[in-house]
Amino acid sequence: MTTTQAAPPTTPNNGALPARRDRHHRGAARWIVLALLVAGALAMLFPFAVIVLNAFKTPADYSNSGPLSLPTSFYLDGMIDFWNRVNFGQKLWNSIMIAGSVAILAVIVSLFNAYALGIGRVKGRLSIIVLFLIANMLPHEALIYPLFYIANQVGLYNTQLAVIIIFTVIQSAFGTYLLASVFSTFPKEILEASALDGASKWQILWRVVFPMSRPTLSVLVVFFFIWTWNEFFIPLVFLISNDKQTIPVALGVLQGDRLMDATTTSAAALLGVIPAIIFFLFFQRTLSRGISAGAVK
Amino acid sequence: MTVNTAPDKAATRSRRPARNGAGIGERSPVYWLYLIPGGLLFTAVIVVPFVMNIGLSFADWPGVGEISWTGLDNYSRLFSDDTFWTSFRNSVAMIIAMVVVPTAIGLVLASVLFDIIGKRFGARTASTLRAMYYLPQILPVAVAGIVWGWILRPQNGALNTLLESVGLDGLAQNWLGDPNTALPSVMAILVWVQIGYPVVIFMAALQRVDPDLYEAAELDGAGWWRRFRAITIPQIRPEMFVVALTATIASMKVFGPIFVLTGGGPGDATNVPSYFAYQHFFERANVGYGSAIATILTLIIIVLSVIFIRFQARSERKDTGR
Repeated sequence: MTTTQAAPPTTPNNGALPARRDRHHRGAARWIVLALLVAGALAMLFPFAVIVLNAFKTPADYSNSGPLSLPTSFYLDGMIDFWNRVNFGQKLWNSIMIAGSVAILAVIVSLFNAYALGIGRVKGRLSIIVLFLIANMLPHEALIYPLFYIANQVGLYNTQLAVIIIFTVIQSAFGTYLLASVFSTFPKEILEASALDGASKWQILWRVVFPMSRPTLSVLVVFFFIWTWNEFFIPLVFLISNDKQTIPVALGVLQGDRLMDATTTSAAALLGVIPAIIFFLFFQRTLSRGISAGAVK
Repeated sequence: MTVNTAPDKAATRSRRPARNGAGIGERSPVYWLYLIPGGLLFTAVIVVPFVMNIGLSFADWPGVGEISWTGLDNYSRLFSDDTFWTSFRNSVAMIIAMVVVPTAIGLVLASVLFDIIGKRFGARTASTLRAMYYLPQILPVAVAGIVWGWILRPQNGALNTLLESVGLDGLAQNWLGDPNTALPSVMAILVWVQIGYPVVIFMAALQRVDPDLYEAAELDGAGWWRRFRAITIPQIRPEMFVVALTATIASMKVFGPIFVLTGGGPGDATNVPSYFAYQHFFERANVGYGSAIATILTLIIIVLSVIFIRFQARSERKDTGR
């Protein structure tokens, strides 16, 4: 299981004595290092542990023995209460619907843009890519009021459609940048061969480029989904009615109002944490692969 | 597969006899068609609002009714507004909490995980630890804020209880409510949130470093610290730039944690530019003033990015020149 691979046991190349002393020294040190890292990792997880510990306590239990004691009973009512009070199922659905739509739409838009920029190499592609890159850096505050105003004018304020459209564009700005640079190294021979076979641009896109870049596209879908799921500022401004809000917005507004008691807050936090952890477990592979792809590009 | 757009067909037909193999399809104007949906959306959602925002920064407007143009008034008012300066000073604190500290800790962690844990205890151990450090990164910031706001509660909060239980009652306090501790508390939370990002990226980066370099250094008797300075840092410098740049931009835009944790307070102790702009847009109906703040924030982000990219290009040139 723990394949201690590629750890050459300090080859006894020359003078045996110094080598052995060195190994002994490192032997102790590495356990200390491991202990320190584990301690650090546990400290990172401490907040999660406290949340779990208190999400299932009765309010009385909490006020009697504080946040660090083990719960005396397994109390689910607090969480069920909270679930029903904020209609959490609906918030969950809203988040899934918005993040899912954005992930798919933004990947399609990125694919089209990148097809023109990376494979089509249209004139002025560099400045167009720079434009997308700048858009990706812009603070949302610099767009929010006009967006809010325009949405009001066209009747899209307080609709999920508005949030979907906005994030499709914002995410595809990054997707275009990434995909365009991936596509610029797309094997030319394949494109030329398909063109000689009489395939149109549209057919080349869907029958050649799309299948070959599916791994990258799926990383983008995962990224866009999680990024959109986690967004706070724009959904906060755009989704004012309760039944339209996403999980982060609903929880953030509740917390901002400071109306929840301690165990309810803890249950609420746990409900907010759980989907994130599920994504994490599901997508861990894709994520670390994608993160490294994003870093190098 | 039978779906085909007319202009595409036309292009295919006209192109085929014209070119002779090399560069088929390159620079065909047909590709512009694929930029239309993206371009229209981009114009409507980014370009137009951005220009409108700049325009509004020269106006006095409560959000309804007449816009009165006031030239540079908003900007001159801003420069004598204490909250404005406080919010940007706090941005520096955000950079420390989200860029400087996590990058430094992340470098050491990634290097230790890769160079010591991964090699002596197996890749599994290293990736499990990495996942533990990365976990806060996947939380929605608003949820992270709730978790911490709850831990830092003054009465019966987990941190204060913990301090009391180990006999450090004197240290217990109203972490987010006291102007002296509010900003450091927010900074600590952001370090917690942010640390996994450099760790994961740097560990991925280390994977592309030639293992022979480490092996040779080890045979030469170089300890961890020497390898860290002589191999790790120079080898993953490109990733360090990427992390520093993206995290700096993110730290200039911090909003969610402030909204959830402190609402910018107490007083303006934890106010940041984006929250400051939000207040003027949606709480005080000073749209022009908010737009001016947002415009300055944008300008600073662009200037910082240009400096970063320049710096990176220069250090790369120096590297290849050597």
